[in-house]
Amino acid sequence: MTVIDTARLKTMFDEIAVAIEADKDRLCQLDGVIGDADHGIAMALGFGAVRDALAALDLSAIEPTALLNTAAKSFLNAVGASSGPLYATAFMRGAAAVKGKAVLTDADVVAMVQAMAQGIRDRGKAEIGEKTMVDAWQPAAEAAAAAHTAGKTLAESFSAALEAAERGAEATKNMIASKGRSSRLGERSLGHMDPGAASAVTVIGAMRNSLG
Amino acid sequence: MQTKKIINDGNRSVDEMLEGILAAHPRHLKSVDGSPRSIIARDGRRPGKVGLVIGGGSGHEPTFLGFVGKGLADAAAIGNVFASPPPDPILECAKAVSAGAGVLFMYGNYAGDVMNFDMAAEMAAMDDIEVRTVLSTDDVASAPRDQRQKRRGVAGNFFIFKAAGAACDRMLSFDECERIAKKANDHTFTMGVALSPCSLPQTRRPNFEIGEDEMEIGMGIHGEPGIARGKLKTADEITDEMLDNILDEMAPARGDKVAVLVNSLGSTPLMELYIVNRRVKQRLDDIGVSIHATWVGNYCTSLEMAGASVTLMHLDGELQTMLDHPCDCAMFRAG
Repeated sequence: MTVIDTARLKTMFDEIAVAIEADKDRLCQLDGVIGDADHGIAMALGFGAVRDALAALDLSAIEPTALLNTAAKSFLNAVGASSGPLYATAFMRGAAAVKGKAVLTDADVVAMVQAMAQGIRDRGKAEIGEKTMVDAWQPAAEAAAAAHTAGKTLAESFSAALEAAERGAEATKNMIASKGRSSRLGERSLGHMDPGAASAVTVIGAMRNSLG
Repeated sequence: MQTKKIINDGNRSVDEMLEGILAAHPRHLKSVDGSPRSIIARDGRRPGKVGLVIGGGSGHEPTFLGFVGKGLADAAAIGNVFASPPPDPILECAKAVSAGAGVLFMYGNYAGDVMNFDMAAEMAAMDDIEVRTVLSTDDVASAPRDQRQKRRGVAGNFFIFKAAGAACDRMLSFDECERIAKKANDHTFTMGVALSPCSLPQTRRPNFEIGEDEMEIGMGIHGEPGIARGKLKTADEITDEMLDNILDEMAPARGDKVAVLVNSLGSTPLMELYIVNRRVKQRLDDIGVSIHATWVGNYCTSLEMAGASVTLMHLDGELQTMLDHPCDCAMFRAG
């Protein structure tokens, strides 16, 4: 069994920051089609701020919950926008889900991912099928939980999560947006991938690479 | 190819702009100590007055912070370009303007703004500040009539904030300020047309593509697609198309009064705005609607986007009084 400590969680956020930075232009282009073309900027700004905030922490002196709450606050204050409250809520819920743990077991990490997905749903008041990041996050969390319950390793569970997120993001092309800025487009949003779902795939992929 | 801009560093543009604004308007504006994205009026807060906090993304100047001043908004929370501010600067604005009578949050209806302002309102409640929220939803093009609550807030913000700010300045009760703010929104209708895109300072790439000979009716102030794209028409035809939508919904009776705002999205010059306004006047004359007041210029921009919007506010005695109420802001004065 893998054991995830604060150093591994910091590595996870560092990898997310690198992956999102590399993906920034594609995310802005996706957003330019159905939104205001700034999603990649906001995500890169947010995870850049998280990386900087975590670099200032004494990792040996804190628990995962404190690290995740620091990530939440730094992401939120750097970004605002829609992704700020959504990811900040995700990390805060993740923090609450692992409260009191010094290190995380596979089960804890899966619970953290589920809490993150639920936090995004609650904050955005969005459901599956509304062409948002929920379409990637929720199936990813469910797939991770199902794989873990079936006795898979954390790496296998994250791989299942990533595949589910990719399918979910792909499916947003066939959805008409009913939440967020693109909801004003009606049928004109058809055929385009939701940028929030696309960036969720990148985030979950980086989580798999660093935790799995 | 990157677009041309007079900037230093795309990531610093908002903060450098704020430095320049505070340097230009020290008599009107200051930032909250320790919260540089919270801009407050020097003479806003008064004991017993309802506080008015507005805000949203940068790139729409003079919206929002240009409308901070006595008689209008008491504070503005400033976000990154086209992005809602996070909760902290909004909360700092609320604390700075709270004078025991409640604080109104007013901003355009966008998912990100709603989440951040709602989080700030929850945090303010923990500090015993009562916050109520009135969203602006004046963009006729952004959702059907029966889904008015889903519409975006655009240039009509100017009328809606003005009316609410006057109500607050006249020391009306929290209930009355909220009622007038909602009524101002219900009476305000905007429609825009875009001719060419804008580009964010961080990307310096056009944020949408549009043909050299095309226009898009109903495009949002962040470049969100509108309701129809077609060949560029004449000023009169474009104005008619915008007004047809507005008047159909507003349904003014002969003898009614309106206020008019003809707004540039950024790079469209005054010459073209006044050509549009000429047609607005002709059309309103034709149906016997009188114009109480007209504003023409840059009121709610979208960086360097080319295009314009027309806003009408359907006036009654109360809204007319609120529009006429004096105000003294960094970038706007009345009375």
